[in-house]
Amino acid sequence: MDFPRILTGNWGVPDSHRLTVARSRGTYGRLPKALGMTPAEITTIVKDSGLRGRGGAGFPTGMKWTFVPPAEKRNGKPVYLLCNADESEPGTFKDRYLMWCDPHLLIEGMIIASRALDCHHGYIYIRGEFRFVARRLEQACEEAYAAGLLGKNILGSGHDFELSVHVGAGAYICGEETALISSLEGEKGQPKLKPPFPAVEGAWRSPTIVNNVETLSVVPWLIENGAAAYKALGTEKSPGTKLFSVSGHVRKPGVYEIPMGLPMSQFIEEYAGGLLPGRTLKAVIPGGSSVPVMTPAEVAKCNLDYESINTNAGSYLGSGGMIVMDDTTDMVAALTNLLRFYAHESCGQCTPCREGCGWMYQILCRVRDREASEQDLVTLRELADNIHSKTICFFGASAAMPVQSFLTKFRSDFLDRVQGRGAGAA
Amino acid sequence: MSHSAPTAASRGPREWSPEQRAEIDKILARYPTKKAAVMPLLWMAQDAWEWIDLDVMRLIASTLELPPSHVHAVASFYTMFKKAPTNRYFIQVCHTLSCALVGADKLVEHIERRLEVDEHGNSKDGLFTVLRVECLASCGSAPMAQINEHYYERLSPEIVDQVIDALRAGKHIPEPRPEADQWTFPVS
Repeated sequence: MDFPRILTGNWGVPDSHRLTVARSRGTYGRLPKALGMTPAEITTIVKDSGLRGRGGAGFPTGMKWTFVPPAEKRNGKPVYLLCNADESEPGTFKDRYLMWCDPHLLIEGMIIASRALDCHHGYIYIRGEFRFVARRLEQACEEAYAAGLLGKNILGSGHDFELSVHVGAGAYICGEETALISSLEGEKGQPKLKPPFPAVEGAWRSPTIVNNVETLSVVPWLIENGAAAYKALGTEKSPGTKLFSVSGHVRKPGVYEIPMGLPMSQFIEEYAGGLLPGRTLKAVIPGGSSVPVMTPAEVAKCNLDYESINTNAGSYLGSGGMIVMDDTTDMVAALTNLLRFYAHESCGQCTPCREGCGWMYQILCRVRDREASEQDLVTLRELADNIHSKTICFFGASAAMPVQSFLTKFRSDFLDRVQGRGAGAA
Repeated sequence: MSHSAPTAASRGPREWSPEQRAEIDKILARYPTKKAAVMPLLWMAQDAWEWIDLDVMRLIASTLELPPSHVHAVASFYTMFKKAPTNRYFIQVCHTLSCALVGADKLVEHIERRLEVDEHGNSKDGLFTVLRVECLASCGSAPMAQINEHYYERLSPEIVDQVIDALRAGKHIPEPRPEADQWTFPVS
């Protein structure tokens, strides 16, 4: 398939993370053009491109940027640009590769975004486990500062942008944008109620835009090639290319850039190398562990774009973190594993989530160990329904959706494990 | 984890060195508030003193003019700030779904057996601490473990044994080389 490698073009190039190599391959080459444009012109390109947030929610990026109040309504408050590099959603590992192989692309994207947002302070919030990646980003920032690409009066444009790296310390919830802001401010990483949305009142109560690593890394290409070229890739409502990280029972797990809209089974077969010999497909979680699981029949009719997965399988493209499970998978054990994750990572702020995730995990352990009754499955379902949409942030729903979808789509796997049923029952 | 922790007295007084003070000034310049520096300072302290005891928290609190209770709240919220010491090599094995699907449980059991760890995850030889952790975003190179700062990916019991032998022999931990450096790229 022939398409421009917008995100992975420099991967595999020796020393691609060093400034001289990055510059020789065109990085920062879009900067003079962008800095010569008005903020509104840059935002219009991003808006017209149809680029949607790559962290998982798929919210239109250009539209998000327009939510920042104009200067005269900001009471002199600065605007902050935060890059969400807290990549922690199980099954998702694209941003680490992107930052490792091409840190300067991200920095260039952030400089251009800062120009569009009339913003002079940015932070890259990266998860603590990625300290080795953070060091590489810090080195890239130092190189950019030394070359006059960051700091005061960038390339003589009059635009100032200070950028630094902020390292988290092991809390999944900090990937949620309001929790990320709390954490940056030096608080426990607990989400806040919206509204106010961060674009209006975020970090230090100032207008704040939080964008994913991959989203920001697309921006330089948009400046160079224009919105129409981006829209020409992918589908009408999900334009462009996207990084997909695929893991689990496939022969070639890894990160792949493809135009949106590719049939899912073709992706698994051609890019991920297909299943191991003699195995058949049992299930796929398409967009990070939080989204509803899909059956093989659903996989067969879905394409990799936001609309197709939602319409045909009631699930979400999410972060593009795909977990493939073959027929050797114990679906009860798989769900139990995920709920251990959510019980461990709940921030503890909202009762339904804090208590409910632990309860769901305990019930699932009993189902897994054949110590539960059919009534327990009813309770499990009720718990999930009572957590979903009843918490401050989306974490509650993220823990509930796997439970709801596994119980609905793989019901017999669970019924076989409860007492008095199934061949293996004691 | 609970350990027989050294007492504050045995670890000496907690004071910033001149180098650390210079670094703190640089950190503070990045943020509009002093409070925002609490996590960077916790990291700095952990790098210097290996784990975060109450004296370290008090030092950070006085440096940033924060209540000690706030520093304690932050330090205890984030799992990577160690509230107790670990052994020299801290092996964190990912056991979330993608790793579990390809043998993480067997891998961690192998490591625990091999190192003869106690109920706190500490090895009999006193060199290693083993902990099962949630997703480290290395799902495509599962199963994997983080040893101190480094990611060891696509592990098998055989590879893990080689790593353990190297560490026991005092060999330098290789620089991290995430899979991306040698990845084969999408087929066209």
